[in-house]
Amino acid sequence: MVEGTQKDNSGSGRGIAAAGGEKRVQASTSRITRARIGEWALIAVVVLYAGGLLLAPLLAIFWGAFAEGFAAVAREMTSPDAISSLKLTLIMAVAATAINTVFGVCIAWVLVRDRFWGRRILNGLVDMPFAVSPVIAGFMLILLFGRTGWLTPLTDAIGLKVVFALPGILLATIFISLPFVIREVAPVLSHLSLDQEDAALTIGANRLQTFWHVTLPAIRWGLLYGVSLTFARAVGEIGAVLVVSGGVSRLTETSTLFIFRSLDDRNYIGANAMAVLLAGISFIILIVIEFFKKRTQQTQTL
Amino acid sequence: MSSIPANLNPPSKAVSARLLLPWGKWGLRLTAFLYLGFLVALPLATIIRSGFADGLSAFWRDVSNPTAFGALKLTLMSSVIITIINAVMGTLTAYVLVRFRFPGKGLLNALIDMPFAIPTLVTGVMLVALYGPQRTVGAWLTSHGVQVIFATPGIVLALLVITYPFVIRAVQPVLMEVEKGQEEAAYTLGASKWTTFRKVVLPAITPALITGSLLCFARSLGEFGSVVVVAGNIPGVTLTAPVYVFGQIESQNQRGASAMSILLLVLSFTLIVTVEWMQGRNRKINVPS
Repeated sequence: MVEGTQKDNSGSGRGIAAAGGEKRVQASTSRITRARIGEWALIAVVVLYAGGLLLAPLLAIFWGAFAEGFAAVAREMTSPDAISSLKLTLIMAVAATAINTVFGVCIAWVLVRDRFWGRRILNGLVDMPFAVSPVIAGFMLILLFGRTGWLTPLTDAIGLKVVFALPGILLATIFISLPFVIREVAPVLSHLSLDQEDAALTIGANRLQTFWHVTLPAIRWGLLYGVSLTFARAVGEIGAVLVVSGGVSRLTETSTLFIFRSLDDRNYIGANAMAVLLAGISFIILIVIEFFKKRTQQTQTL
Repeated sequence: MSSIPANLNPPSKAVSARLLLPWGKWGLRLTAFLYLGFLVALPLATIIRSGFADGLSAFWRDVSNPTAFGALKLTLMSSVIITIINAVMGTLTAYVLVRFRFPGKGLLNALIDMPFAIPTLVTGVMLVALYGPQRTVGAWLTSHGVQVIFATPGIVLALLVITYPFVIRAVQPVLMEVEKGQEEAAYTLGASKWTTFRKVVLPAITPALITGSLLCFARSLGEFGSVVVVAGNIPGVTLTAPVYVFGQIESQNQRGASAMSILLLVLSFTLIVTVEWMQGRNRKINVPS
């Protein structure tokens, strides 16, 4: 025990230069070493937790899929069902993302730049898709457009089938991926100084030109971040599309529905193969997300 | 998750008059209201009507029958468990990411967002691949009497993966702002690292910790994709509320499904609104002078 110190000090910042002699220097050094060991222990705990929770299952699925051999996996991934499900997933995700981007920017603008009664309600509505379980989201669409739906008479009149069909899947995908663009664009928009927009207006640009040439480039990183999050969410949706497409059916099948049905049919190789594919695609999307996120944070701290 | 800044300044009157001509302003407002009204408000209205279609007593019966109540209990219990775990591990992870330097830190930082990118169904399939009875890990666990897949631990694991980023991402920015100088001052005054954490760091990050935990809880209430694969879905044992709702929909019991849905909706929405309110308040407090 070093003279005069009863406390358990970690050692960092403590002056080794303080008078006291060899014993004190040795004790300080061992305190620093203990602190460093403590740090590395914490790092190890965190890394092991993350690895065990996230990486290990990822590796397991790659391992499991290819355990049956590369040929089996390739065969499953190139089957007509798999390919058409991938196509449908892509189309739905792109469409939902595009629609949510356009309306999302509009809603973000209204929420940030405008003052009116009902703004809080609008804000709350934007949060709903975060709070709603996807199954409930799909169910609400069934209630609206199903056999006894409120809006079914309308859609029947124009001959449009919504539930158990593609429009329903699209609506479900739009709903669950709705908030991301709004939530990422709004803060960026609110931090924008209006000087440049004012300047553009004074030299004769109309509002649309101002928006397109001044505002949009200024918010582009936040927008792209929101778009990538929207796309990722749309690709990965299962609960809502499962309910809206009528449970398990081969007709209108996204990639996630393909996995669900394969599990139901006990086609584990098929399910694992598609899961591996989606995991790989998600990883690429993750890289894109992280890139846009970093850019957004950089521009926000300027 | 970002939110509407509470201290945002709408443009001054003169500027806004120029920026938003009346018809343009109303055009945008109308678009926003119609879009959200059709996509969000209308579905909400139908489900409320469906749940209370036969009155309050029927609603109560729908949510208090043994299967439904058991599902609700399981969901709440597992959500509480994972929120506590996430509060601890999330704070620790954020602390390690902000304060320490180590190889692979950038990789870990990127990996944290993985649950935002990966489909929940794929998460479930991944967990079964790792812990299922055929796999080495699963077989080893089963031989020791621990069942993960098709049991509650599996549900907890799935929820832990899905909600992994929330607390971390909530606490991280706040930790970065807590001046390292304050921590170092505490050390030089003789405090141990743990005391410093408890008295300097923790109070600063508590609001963010709470909002992150609430988001985590709300997210786990409604989780379907990963749980339905991992849980086995046996009523009363491994059936969670969202999977219960799915079952009711499949059995054409619309009222029962609506009732449970309303309950879950009210709970999650209250949490999310609380989070927004807290974030607004935190921002006011943290406005630099």
